[in-house]
Amino acid sequence: MTDVATATSYRIVGAELPRHDAVEKVQGRTIYAADHSLPRMLHAVLKRSDYAHARLLNVDPSPSEAIDGVVGIYTAEHVPRNRLWVDVPGQTLEVDALKALSNVLAEETVRYHGEPIALVVAETEDAALAALDAIAIDYEPLPVLDDPERALDADAPQIHEGGNLLSHWEIEEGAVEQALVDSHLVVENEYRTQFVDHAYLEPEAGVAWRDTDGVITIRAATQAVEHFRDVARLLDLPENKVRLIAPYVGGGFGGKEDMTVEPYLALAVAQTGRPVRMVWSRQESLLSRQNRHAIRMRYRTGVDEQGRLTAQDIEILSDGGAYAFLSALVLLYSTVCAVGPYRCPNVRIRSRTVYTNHTPCSAMRGFGAMQVTVGYEGQMDAIAHKLGLDPLELRNRNFVGGGDSLPIGQRLETKVALPELTAAVEEQLAPLPKASGPRKRVGRGVACNLQPYGRCVWLNDWSSAWVGFELDGSLTIRIALPDIGAGQASALVQIASEVLGVSPERIAIHIGDSALNPLTGTSTATRQLYMSGNAVLKAAREVRAGLAGVAATLLEVDESSLEFTPEGVQAPGGERTVSFRDLLAACASGDVPWQALAIFRAPKGIPWQANEDWRGRVFPDFTYGCHAADVEVDLDTGQVKVLAYVAAHDVGQAINHQSVRGQIEGGAAMGLGYALSERVVFEGGQNMTGSFAQYLVPTAVEVSDMKAVVLESGEGVGPFQARGIGEPPIGPPAPAIAAAIRDAIGVELKELPFTPERVIAAVDEMEVDGAAG
Amino acid sequence: MGESWGRAVVIVRFNLNGTPRSLDVPGHWTLLRMLRDEAGQTDVKHGCGEGVCGACAVVLDGIAVNACSVLAPQADGASVDTVAGLARNGDLHPLQAEMVAAGAVQCGFCTPGMLIGALEAIEVGAADSSEEIRHSLAGNLCRCTGYNSIVAAVEAYRRRTASDEGAGVGVGR
Repeated sequence: MTDVATATSYRIVGAELPRHDAVEKVQGRTIYAADHSLPRMLHAVLKRSDYAHARLLNVDPSPSEAIDGVVGIYTAEHVPRNRLWVDVPGQTLEVDALKALSNVLAEETVRYHGEPIALVVAETEDAALAALDAIAIDYEPLPVLDDPERALDADAPQIHEGGNLLSHWEIEEGAVEQALVDSHLVVENEYRTQFVDHAYLEPEAGVAWRDTDGVITIRAATQAVEHFRDVARLLDLPENKVRLIAPYVGGGFGGKEDMTVEPYLALAVAQTGRPVRMVWSRQESLLSRQNRHAIRMRYRTGVDEQGRLTAQDIEILSDGGAYAFLSALVLLYSTVCAVGPYRCPNVRIRSRTVYTNHTPCSAMRGFGAMQVTVGYEGQMDAIAHKLGLDPLELRNRNFVGGGDSLPIGQRLETKVALPELTAAVEEQLAPLPKASGPRKRVGRGVACNLQPYGRCVWLNDWSSAWVGFELDGSLTIRIALPDIGAGQASALVQIASEVLGVSPERIAIHIGDSALNPLTGTSTATRQLYMSGNAVLKAAREVRAGLAGVAATLLEVDESSLEFTPEGVQAPGGERTVSFRDLLAACASGDVPWQALAIFRAPKGIPWQANEDWRGRVFPDFTYGCHAADVEVDLDTGQVKVLAYVAAHDVGQAINHQSVRGQIEGGAAMGLGYALSERVVFEGGQNMTGSFAQYLVPTAVEVSDMKAVVLESGEGVGPFQARGIGEPPIGPPAPAIAAAIRDAIGVELKELPFTPERVIAAVDEMEVDGAAG
Repeated sequence: MGESWGRAVVIVRFNLNGTPRSLDVPGHWTLLRMLRDEAGQTDVKHGCGEGVCGACAVVLDGIAVNACSVLAPQADGASVDTVAGLARNGDLHPLQAEMVAAGAVQCGFCTPGMLIGALEAIEVGAADSSEEIRHSLAGNLCRCTGYNSIVAAVEAYRRRTASDEGAGVGVGR
């Protein structure tokens, strides 16, 4: 490994650099989506369905239209093209993506509680809300499908025409049944995960207006300015007549990956010609925006005497909710990652996502790859327990290594530093403390994971970036990425600074504008540092190459010996420097450009066609992690207190250590909420968790002091060999907590979240069985 | 006095970050709505509208409140201080500086309320240990950081003020 030597040779990359956007944010100066306003701005709100499944017999807006200040009420018939869909290769033909479409506004049927039916636009928010109450809707309730296990029954309510199967993937490798028969031990378990909400602090919001030349401009909280194309399609406009601007976003986590307010704002502007603002309430956000998929997993796992995996037979059933959105892709991630970072010669995975009348599910941090950690790590913990092996030792016997392939056939081309990660975690762990009382039990659990970064290779992903000097020697970056709070923009500033020497304070970055900045793709899939980072790196290197030629002539030295510093370009030894200003003048007279537009292209591949014998590369690369949790379980209240938490990930090369730690700590905290308290509850299709008083996000009290361990293997496919770190930390917490609870009370919990009620039920089981002292 | 959707419009006179303001707003409006929509005070964030997340925390007559849970007329005659008033002459308040230095700011949406909540906790003497800080900040949700860096920033600021009595910890003025 050359990581240490390489790391120390960087000037800015890897530095503990406070983020430029933080200085604005602590003063409350950042203008988020809802903070923008324009003269003569109207206010838009959505009339949403009260029913989980119903026919719309009549929608009568006339009582509302009489309300003073109401400008217009719009329904499906006002949307030029009311259909949204996601075309997923490998799924389109068999499952027919076109029946998986969703509507901007409901047509004859509503399929989930909170589905938008009508758009109300008014002079004031008060008038809009009054109009909302006055719209008369006659519903004919339909049978509600709220159990995914029933979705494929012949007599199940049909959510869409053509059956309730939304998507499926299969992998079969080796001879699973025989291998299970031949195994020393077979462990079989079913695990259930719940629906959860992104619960970012900033609700969905935006302001839109008609700009010069009739361009509909939407400034909204989004992770994807590329949705300008979807908006254009819905309004039947040329794509270049819609512009999407992403200001700094108050949290995304996948919840602003699909469109939220964008189509409604665009429709309102198209209809009224005036600026319009739409801000969703917290209740709307919790009730109606896409959730994380709840999934059920059945694992049958075989091992030999040494605990080496011999077979994995896995069935996954995922509740996709009422419309498709990204369900097929989320399920693909679950399927590819279902065995975890372990070698296994015989594998059968059958995965299905079905429609129900629940709120649609779609992207959320971890995107299908995180739910299955509960399955594969639950199995590892159960096996270790049965074989009397240390849980980390068992894992070390099974880890994939660089050069191995996953069951889908993807060869792992970069280092798999899991042995180093488990060692780092062990090193950080203090001895497990004693229980604080006679009715308390303490326990420790560990969990490992893998999570892809970058999109599926057959999506032909690319990013573009522009980097250029201004005449005063300051530097500008233009790139259309949304910064959703993870430091996406500031990392790019560091990369440009590293290459060109300009200090970060002298660099301005213009982000998130689909019309004026080079497109770079979505801030999703742990792809921005990887993709945009590589694009900025490439652009900065092109600029440097031009400047270096001129500087070498001016300084009369060899190009390769030049140093790019904050003061300018230096000859060896630093005695002679040419300032950027002087250098640019020389470039101008020599027709040498001091700006560059660069495109970075991810590796390409052939789409998986859902059939079990397809083999190949799915993702650019993976990030690995190992977490450990110490908990104390209160036998009387069922409360699980996290005493200590360690989270280690190999990030290849940290671009900004502070941001990397922030991702690890924040991801692990979100994972602790997933493990212990968060759940979207439905009763008969009705969403019962429409407020932060019911949907329990962890506070500073629930999240204990946490130790993030940043390992830098020097291998990764991002800039300077970085790996993505946005999603990976959310995978291990739930299985680590499950293992710690089992260690404490001797009972495996297999259904998330591990609420006090469930823990108490497990304690009762323990006390009856006498399984623990 | 006019009317808005059947409700009386009232005049609210108050001191906003030290500056006298007089605003006409419907009597049913919350302080949060008045601050954002009438006073243009967008540093006060609307996170949940039901008093749980703390993103809209402001200081009302020296006491931290969630502005979404106070009616605008209740601020009549009062002083209202928001995070925008913390920095002086372009210099960050020392707690703001610690938040930046500690990496306690990611998306930044909870940050204004978090600063108000933390300064209140310090002022009332409920921030003497990391455990106390965590409990004091339980009314301020953050979804990005995992709270570690926020607690660290508050602790660093406490150490700084403990060794510099003149710094002053109050959010009021």
